[in-house]
Amino acid sequence: MTAKDRAIGVFLLLAIAGSGGFIFAYVTNGNRLLEGVSLAGAAAMFAAAALGWAFWIVPDEQVVDEIDEYPSSIAARDEQSATIAEDERSIGRQKALLRLLYVALGSFALALASPLRSFGPLVAAKSLFSTKWRRGSRLARADGTLVSTSDLNVGAVEVVFPEGAIGDPMSQATLIRLPDGVVPNTPSGYIAYSRLCTHAGCPVALYRSQQQQLACPCHQSVFDVTRNGAVVSGPADHALPRLPLVADASGALRATGDFPVPVGPGFWERP
Amino acid sequence: MIERFALWLDDRLGTAHFVTKALRKAFPDHWSFMLGEINAYAFLILLATGTFLALFFRASTADVVYNGPFTTLDGVHVSEAYASTLDLSSTVRAGLLLRQVHHWAALLFVAGIVVHMCRIFFTGAFRKPREINWIVGIALFALALFEGFTGYSLPDDLLSGTGLRIADSVIMSIPVVGTWMSFLMLDGNFPTDQMIPRLFITHVFVVPAAIAALIAVHLAIVWRQKHTQFPGPGRTERNVVGSPLFPRYAAKSVALLMAVVAVTFGLGAFVQINPIWLWGPYQPWRIFSPVQPDWFVGWEEGALRLGPPFAARFFGDTIPSPFWSAVLVPAIMGIVLLCAPWIDAALRHDRSSHHLLDHPRNVPARTAAGVAFLTFAIGLTLAASDDVQARYVHISIDAIVHAYQGFCVFGTIAAFLVTYAIAKELRARGAPGRPSRVRVRRNDRGGFDEEPIS
Repeated sequence: MTAKDRAIGVFLLLAIAGSGGFIFAYVTNGNRLLEGVSLAGAAAMFAAAALGWAFWIVPDEQVVDEIDEYPSSIAARDEQSATIAEDERSIGRQKALLRLLYVALGSFALALASPLRSFGPLVAAKSLFSTKWRRGSRLARADGTLVSTSDLNVGAVEVVFPEGAIGDPMSQATLIRLPDGVVPNTPSGYIAYSRLCTHAGCPVALYRSQQQQLACPCHQSVFDVTRNGAVVSGPADHALPRLPLVADASGALRATGDFPVPVGPGFWERP
Repeated sequence: MIERFALWLDDRLGTAHFVTKALRKAFPDHWSFMLGEINAYAFLILLATGTFLALFFRASTADVVYNGPFTTLDGVHVSEAYASTLDLSSTVRAGLLLRQVHHWAALLFVAGIVVHMCRIFFTGAFRKPREINWIVGIALFALALFEGFTGYSLPDDLLSGTGLRIADSVIMSIPVVGTWMSFLMLDGNFPTDQMIPRLFITHVFVVPAAIAALIAVHLAIVWRQKHTQFPGPGRTERNVVGSPLFPRYAAKSVALLMAVVAVTFGLGAFVQINPIWLWGPYQPWRIFSPVQPDWFVGWEEGALRLGPPFAARFFGDTIPSPFWSAVLVPAIMGIVLLCAPWIDAALRHDRSSHHLLDHPRNVPARTAAGVAFLTFAIGLTLAASDDVQARYVHISIDAIVHAYQGFCVFGTIAAFLVTYAIAKELRARGAPGRPSRVRVRRNDRGGFDEEPIS
């Protein structure tokens, strides 16, 4: 037994030890590190042993394979062409029947494909054009509590939904309290925008209170809160829709209607 | 033992001739020919670990209240998909290890395919008669990307839900049919209850079956056409020189399989990946920052970030901004890849069959085109983390975006020109390979002469 043979033997012994280690780690209730290390170790030792076999034991011989001749011989190709031509003649004697066959095959494929229609509604547009905000909807947080004008400090933000549709993905909006008078028609400085980015639909969740900008963490579109949600920079191609707000006598914040335009990213049917 | 089995088989199938030839089939010895095998072995690991995970995962968006070892999530409303992924990462024995191995093997699978494709492209192995296998390979690459994406979308955590939301927006940006496609895939407006179950069947059955079938076709064609080889002594366009399949190549290949197992299990043991209990469950109004996808989706994410903020409107219809960079650009890249064998043949006026490989430096234009393609893809991928880079180097994101936009255009052109010049220079300096051996001899004048040794 040479030194190389002994080395391979040691590798295999270590591989056995690794497998044993994995079983031990598994049976004694799963130490992930021990499990992974022992199995990886066993595999590594197997790899070493196999390499030893490949380079120390097995003879380093070279073999030569001939590559098959192709294209095939001219005679074989001619024979193929003749056979196909003959077949086409015999099948295609009735041109009209052949045409009918193609139509039959096409309609069969169409029939087989039609259950795809079950997968969902085809007329998509309607649910993309409106949200759950209605005239008079109160603004509610994700936990269901309602928002009043006294709740937020200037510069603070809140995720809001229409009361009765908490968590509705299409209706999510970001409520911001601006200093009074920065934007006209903001009750006590409150202004709300759709939270769905108009680029790819991520929540526009970052508010930069110094610049009064909303930023999307996904692709860095930035929207100006003081200019009706206009795009400042980034890949978004249109402004964030603004939710029209009023505050009633008791200070409760309400929407005066749905967003004026569809929320979220663009799509073909969107005007 | 083996011999008795072979004889038993020959009695029934007449395989003696085939087995003899197969055992002595020639495999070229160059290391780069084993890159493709990494993917085959990574796929085996993915099948094995994935089957284990699938038996514990519950593909449902039904609402449950979590209660378990991840105490920070106690009492949180989560989907069954998310809760079952937490369970198989905690209470199922060896579950976390196998889940991490699965994720690492997936990253390795796609990486291996990219490297294997580079080998095929830069040596011209895609040329006639191997165009079919090039197409099959591209299809496998596309399926692997899709499979990876559906896989990391399954746990319904905050990161994966956000990724799905973005993917849906990209699909919706396709003109005319985009909205239909999105609604047919999801059964309604994102997010839907059908989403996770459909992704699950796609991820564990449809795509793996397609990948397995295409791998079979891929290997059958390699077997039929035989390997390519680099030029060398005794190597011609009509033969293949190498180690016999058995025993030498088989031993090397087993070593590679075990090495892939060792690497994936080592990573699974030591390096945490996708800790979904830190991301939290997907809630459409929540997000964290920075958000980045798995590396192989990075180019698409980068494309979304670099795209022009431009929507085309006509007759009351809209093509929104994600379409240009995230649909059109990848489509063009895919078509260019698919057509590579025919573009190469047309530009080089070479429609003959080749079994001997080119050294990359000997075909400067092809090599430069490949490097340019990679440069473009790498530019997109790097752009996917522009926000993180902006934070580190204190540059505005706008500046970084513009830098990457410039890089993807001018960097790609520069990469082509520089690679072309270098390859041309190297080609002019002579054939690669071993430096020619010389004998040095003292001459009459006291200097040295070199004479080549053949």
